Amino acid sequence: MNVEILSRVQFAFTIMFHYIYPPMSIGLGVILVIMEGMWLKTGNIRYHNMARYWTRVFGLTFALGVATGIVMEFEFGTNWATYSRFVGDVFGSALAAEGIFAFFLESGFLAILLFGWNRVGPKLHFFSTIMVCLGAHFSAVWIVAANSWMQTPAGFSIEYDGKIMPPDFVPAGDQILHARAVIHDFWAMVINHSTLDRLTHVLVGAWQTGAFLVISISAFYLLRGRHREFATSSLKVGLVVAAIASLLQLASGAKSADGVTRNQPAKLAAMEGIFKTQSYAPMGIVGWVDVKNQTVRGLKIPGMLSMLVGRSPSTVVKGLDAFPREDWPSVQPVFQCYHLMIGIGMALIGIAWFGIFLWWRGRLFDLTSPMVRLYYGVLVLSVLGPQIANQVGWMTAEIGRQPWIVYGIMRTTQGLSAVVTANQVLASLIMFTVIYALLFAVFIYLLTRKIQKGPDEEEGGEAMPASWAAVIARRRKQASY
Amino acid sequence: MAMDLNILWFILVGALFTGYAMLDGFDLGVGTLYLFAKKDEDRRIFLNAIGPVWDGNEVWLVTGGGALFAAFPAVYATVFSGFYLAFMTLLAALIFRAVAIEFRGKESWRWWRTMWDIGFSLGSLISGFLIGITMGNVLQGIPLDARGEYIGGFFALLNPYALILGVTTVALFAMHGSIYLVMKTEGDLQQRVRRWVNRIIAVFLACYVTLNIATFFYAPHLWEIVRERPWILVVFVINMLIVLNIPRENHKGNELRTFFSSCAAMGTLMLLFGLTVFPNMLRSMPHPEYSLTIYNAASTPKTHFIMLIVALLGVPMILTYTACIYYIFRGKVKLNSQSY
Repeated sequence: MNVEILSRVQFAFTIMFHYIYPPMSIGLGVILVIMEGMWLKTGNIRYHNMARYWTRVFGLTFALGVATGIVMEFEFGTNWATYSRFVGDVFGSALAAEGIFAFFLESGFLAILLFGWNRVGPKLHFFSTIMVCLGAHFSAVWIVAANSWMQTPAGFSIEYDGKIMPPDFVPAGDQILHARAVIHDFWAMVINHSTLDRLTHVLVGAWQTGAFLVISISAFYLLRGRHREFATSSLKVGLVVAAIASLLQLASGAKSADGVTRNQPAKLAAMEGIFKTQSYAPMGIVGWVDVKNQTVRGLKIPGMLSMLVGRSPSTVVKGLDAFPREDWPSVQPVFQCYHLMIGIGMALIGIAWFGIFLWWRGRLFDLTSPMVRLYYGVLVLSVLGPQIANQVGWMTAEIGRQPWIVYGIMRTTQGLSAVVTANQVLASLIMFTVIYALLFAVFIYLLTRKIQKGPDEEEGGEAMPASWAAVIARRRKQASY
Repeated sequence: MAMDLNILWFILVGALFTGYAMLDGFDLGVGTLYLFAKKDEDRRIFLNAIGPVWDGNEVWLVTGGGALFAAFPAVYATVFSGFYLAFMTLLAALIFRAVAIEFRGKESWRWWRTMWDIGFSLGSLISGFLIGITMGNVLQGIPLDARGEYIGGFFALLNPYALILGVTTVALFAMHGSIYLVMKTEGDLQQRVRRWVNRIIAVFLACYVTLNIATFFYAPHLWEIVRERPWILVVFVINMLIVLNIPRENHKGNELRTFFSSCAAMGTLMLLFGLTVFPNMLRSMPHPEYSLTIYNAASTPKTHFIMLIVALLGVPMILTYTACIYYIFRGKVKLNSQSY
């Protein structure tokens, strides 16, 4: 195998494994803020116990996120040195800003979130929870901005042999070694054409991930008849977040697809398997791309893609034939990932809103009904939905960007490290595979253990410091007036 | 020489890595010494001494790497790709260090704890060692080609001078970690750690002297630079006085002052490092004309300026809440149900 394939596989593997954890941290962060806010507002000890339990789950996901995240920052330099030299002037500042504005905030206040329950007062603790949550969101801002620049580069010029080149200059082959992207407008680089759409999509996806994690574990407890009060309240919080986020995600997905149509038409063509430029372009529901005969077999809605792209079925949609063959991404994986993501997204809307419907009808917690029990079974599994959707969504974005590493400017082949050999990458890939397999097994084991152990029951936990107990006393007093 | 943005960023990147050494240095040092504590309770106290702060400390490395990428992309690209296997090993070590802290206390089986104990300690030890190896090679100079790519291979990194610096770094971190532990422990355990401190200081001083002698033989150009810039000797003397102040303060039982002396020793060592390599970032050997300097490896002044604003906005905030967090978690470690 050659060094390009190995480097791509390694980057894909390490980023996919890493990306199991940050969405959980971002989503759980939001949920922790809600729960702790409710505890401070109501003084109900149940919310306190909920916040503490989910904080422990948060701690576990965060540790894995940190441990696997540092790999990513190294890998640009280790495996993609030519890319790093070319984009450093533009891309590097986003990574540095992520460290300065996001990681410090997150990891600093994490200390108080995890270990500060008995050391600081409730308000400072709540403030820290908010800061950790904000920090997690900020890190998404900068990394999505950096990635979006790779998708829709803006705010820069290309310098070749020390001279600024006209905007249509694309460094071919080894010209890349004497070229670099130089920034001329920082904000145009950060908030490029796709940043805001993609950032929304990523963040809402993370909220869904956190919400469905909470939903799944709570449903499991309710099915088993354990920790009823705790699980009921947690499920309600999770469902509200999931229901709102799932609908938002539909809107954000549509907006994102709209952006892809304008900015990366070859990617859109691959997403829908449109080979020929056409009006009345169909939108696939499920299907299989027959790459050889350049057609898609499966269930399609005729004219729907044209409708979405131009608000009229006669809109002409650019097919892959509008692009040179060497600029095509792999159609099959892009098509399948994209459709799987959409299918899961729709299912999540259905699952969340069905729960809201049951709740409204007063039947959500009627565990004698076989229908409700079946629904809970679905809820237990629903945790996988956002996780898979996150992964295939990113695969759509990244495989769809190929063969470019910076869309339309630099090819992936041009970005490799000149001095790193295939054997070295193979060695590190094997190393990561072994380590990550171990980490994943331990993570699943410990998460299962945490779930089995459950939350601390009611007030029987450890003695609360006076300032915390005062919250309960104060609310009780208010209630008695 | 006028102060330009390249010099400023050379200083700022250096400051970030110095912050990393001072802060994560004691985490890695605690990890290096960790297996010398035999009792489970003592090990837990060690872990919880760094528990709330270690990942904030690691962020200094992440941000330092990000700043290097942004300010001097060519250096970032050459070092990270050139030292590929060393850096991959460093990643593995940092991963084990991180997850072991989280995982260890979750089960009480003996094999489980032993496994993560070894992961934590070896991870810390190897991290410190590889950081030292990297510094050693940068100081000594590495073979670069005309494009600024490293052409030396993996085993060329393990040269005697780099190995000596690797061992010195491990000793330095271990000393720093033991001094930190004195602040966080009490009673019988503290007495034991105090005895370690004296021994480790002796080991470090031996390494330090060896390193300076080795510089004569393996990196003679450094002494030529010192001859050109004799004022470096002033910093050198200050550094030696600070290093000698560590055992003095320790002897007097001044915990905090010992720790700050150790921080200052690291700071002045990094300052010496910076003053001798400047204006090179990667000195090319044997072709000095291929060296990557703070000018030919730099981003544009525009990026340096944008990043300066980012730093001016961010760094005061970081320092403020980092200080607050250290203040909140000051004092001796007390184990409770939230502890690792």
